[in-house]
Amino acid sequence: MAATRIDCDIHPAVGGTRTTLLPYLDDHWKEQVVSRAIDGLDLTSYPPNMPLSGRPDWRPKAGKPGSDLKTVQRGAFEQLGASHAICNVLYGAQAVYDPYMASAFCKAINDWIAAEWLSEDERLRASIVVPMQAPDLAVEEIERRASDNRFVSILVLAQGETLLGRRHFWPVYQAAEKHKLPLAIHAGSAYRFAPSSIGWPSHRYEYYFVEAQAFQAQILSLIYEGVFGKFPDLKVVLMESGVTWLPAFMWRANKTWRGVRVEVPWVEREPASIIRDHIRVTMQPFDGPPDATGVADVIDQIGSDRMFLFASDYPHWQFDGDDAIPPHLPQSIVSRMCVDNPLETFPRLKLN
Amino acid sequence: MSDVIDRPALEKEATAATRLRIVDCDIHPSLHSRADLNHFLPKRWQEHMKTYGDHLRTPYIGTTPYPRSSPLICRRDAWPPTGGPPGSDLAFMRKQHLDPLDVEFGILQVLDLFIFSQQNLEFGAAIQRAINEWQLAFWSHRDPRLKASILVSQDDTETALAEIDRCAKTGEYIQVNISPRANEPLGRRRYWPIYQRAEALGLPLGIHVGGYGGHAPTGGGWPSYYCEEHQSNAHTMAAQLASLVIEGVPERFPKLKIVFIEGGFGWIASAMWRMDRHFERFRSEVPHLKRKPSEYVKEQFWFTTQPIDEPDEARHLRQLIEWVGIDRLLFSSDYPHWDFDDPRFAFKTPLTDAERKKIFSTNARGVYKI
Amino acid sequence: MARHVVARTSEIPPGGNKVVGIDGRDIVVFHVNGEFFALLNRCPHEGAPLDKAACVARLTSPEPGVYQRSRVGELLRCAWHGWEFDMRNGQSWFDPKRFKVRSFPVAVESGEELAAEMKKGPYVAETLPVVVEDSYVIVET
Repeated sequence: MAATRIDCDIHPAVGGTRTTLLPYLDDHWKEQVVSRAIDGLDLTSYPPNMPLSGRPDWRPKAGKPGSDLKTVQRGAFEQLGASHAICNVLYGAQAVYDPYMASAFCKAINDWIAAEWLSEDERLRASIVVPMQAPDLAVEEIERRASDNRFVSILVLAQGETLLGRRHFWPVYQAAEKHKLPLAIHAGSAYRFAPSSIGWPSHRYEYYFVEAQAFQAQILSLIYEGVFGKFPDLKVVLMESGVTWLPAFMWRANKTWRGVRVEVPWVEREPASIIRDHIRVTMQPFDGPPDATGVADVIDQIGSDRMFLFASDYPHWQFDGDDAIPPHLPQSIVSRMCVDNPLETFPRLKLN
Repeated sequence: MSDVIDRPALEKEATAATRLRIVDCDIHPSLHSRADLNHFLPKRWQEHMKTYGDHLRTPYIGTTPYPRSSPLICRRDAWPPTGGPPGSDLAFMRKQHLDPLDVEFGILQVLDLFIFSQQNLEFGAAIQRAINEWQLAFWSHRDPRLKASILVSQDDTETALAEIDRCAKTGEYIQVNISPRANEPLGRRRYWPIYQRAEALGLPLGIHVGGYGGHAPTGGGWPSYYCEEHQSNAHTMAAQLASLVIEGVPERFPKLKIVFIEGGFGWIASAMWRMDRHFERFRSEVPHLKRKPSEYVKEQFWFTTQPIDEPDEARHLRQLIEWVGIDRLLFSSDYPHWDFDDPRFAFKTPLTDAERKKIFSTNARGVYKI
Repeated sequence: MARHVVARTSEIPPGGNKVVGIDGRDIVVFHVNGEFFALLNRCPHEGAPLDKAACVARLTSPEPGVYQRSRVGELLRCAWHGWEFDMRNGQSWFDPKRFKVRSFPVAVESGEELAAEMKKGPYVAETLPVVVEDSYVIVET
């Protein structure tokens, strides 16, 4: 089917470990999960009943938002007009401490999404959920999925155990680069640290706000640790990060690098240039100014039309109505973000 | 942007700017030696300072684990010829900074000993008082251009309130200062007594970057490089803006003025848009908020300008300024730190005379009543 | 083009510098690795004095954790914001085309040569007495 609009971020929901994932666990984990009642891994980042977690008209009669395939198909495809969509599962396998449990759960999530979603609808693709707790096990999971082109990226949380640029993660990026899988960083926290440098917030609203700063810290880590020098073909996709913080962030990074380059001499060009080449961003939420001039100014400041990826963030409640495209975007951006940029960013996303 | 800069062009800017007497909202005086504080410390704490010293949530006694790109984080030309660290010599500060840049008022921000983060609260109480007195004795009384701030340990409420009251009585301090890396986000209720007191006394609340709150500089863990850690200061300020607004501090204390110092201002527009955009979705979590977040920001928050943003295009800097609003900006130099902004050359975008006057003088004079 | 005798070579030790005023401008003369370099003593960023810059190696790296040093002492890190400039030609590291400091040709001549040359000109009348036994740094503007 021809691509007219690729939705780079939708969220099928895992109903439960003991329900949805059980068939995809081996005998050992089946027994652990059942006899120890291991379940309820919805991330603190997204309590299912919170308004943001599911737009009212996208909530199924029973179960969590995103848990029912037919409902998701109606929403993402019929209503919002996508021709293809990438599934990013946010169930908390990535926040588990036991690395083997994390690995087993990640594998189960990926098996489940392949069997019950990707195989049921040719328009669907998915990110490989990987256990960053143990980078070598993450590499194993990548290799396990490498030959299945329906998996188009690897998925990590914006806030994990250590910043993503660190050396011990490099084998994961090597595998990802080898298999043309961009690194998708999605909003969400494993809560190893307070969600920001100021400590533990009272409200989810504050938590959601500071996710933007977490993404920024991850970009800086990836740049300054030299990941893009080591893996020049690696692309990074920020999902549900907000977009309009980009310009001031890029300029500040340039300013710092110009003066403190001696710390990181392997970073051979200014951060903004690296960002424009390697970082991509989904467009919901956009966090735009209310006026068209302001939106045009921000796009101009970002200085690249190749960074933007259409996304609805279905079923998260980012907008009302049927148009997932943020208002006032210049037309040139809209054309690129719906098809060209996604195809360029996710090379395995070949269309049938 | 110009390439080779010749003196004549710079001098033209210089002449224009120095006709205006400026308010510099962020100057860092430093102790010549810790012994300077002895005069203001009881014997017990003099001894403690010498023996146990600082107890901060950081690995090293004498330095930061993120080494700065220059000694003591300072400009290399700011070391006084008479000895002592940058910022420790008033005569040199006058000669190098206050006089040539026509500083009408300079607002002091003392980072030595980082009183805000001292784990031993009694020690913290003693040195906080000592530093507040030192500011007057060594600086304000010797040069009336220099204005002192009441530094308080925000996590020790009783001590903080007592110190605010003590200092406020003198009438010589122009704001109450706390750290943005405290035990908890600054919007949390435990800090509200401090805000209540500052509001009642008509003193702005100043929040200067820095601190050892015990949290990693990022939500995703500890960075490896100063390049990352330096930029994390802006993230900290953004997070605090959200905390203060969303917890309802400006709603509850409508007369409180809040000044963010050394966080820069480029990030503010997007922070306002992001808070506003998600307000409706989270509204049921925060029924105490009666107005949109950006409205609180535009009425009760001010931001010092350093470190100024440096986009390649002058018009982009202009956009950042207009989005946050000329009325919200207070010029600051951050003398004598390395990423100091020279008031003559830092704003690489045209400003009208009226705008220049606001940013470099009248906004600050209004906020601080000087 | 004028030639200015700005210093005896012995005045500027290796790793050191001297600031001289020429035509109302401050010019800083560096002595490093057996050569002399002259630059306008103002960083193009915000006007910082380059005579207070840190003199460091040219630092490159093929990969994280590997530090390649060359031309030790010939790169300047500006005293304020740390911008790096090549003493030899005034070019900034991060954008050599758009950001540079004006550099001036420098010659070193013995007192004897100089005494002979100065009779011909064009030399700016200098207050520095030329002694035949010394050698001198000459900056051309």
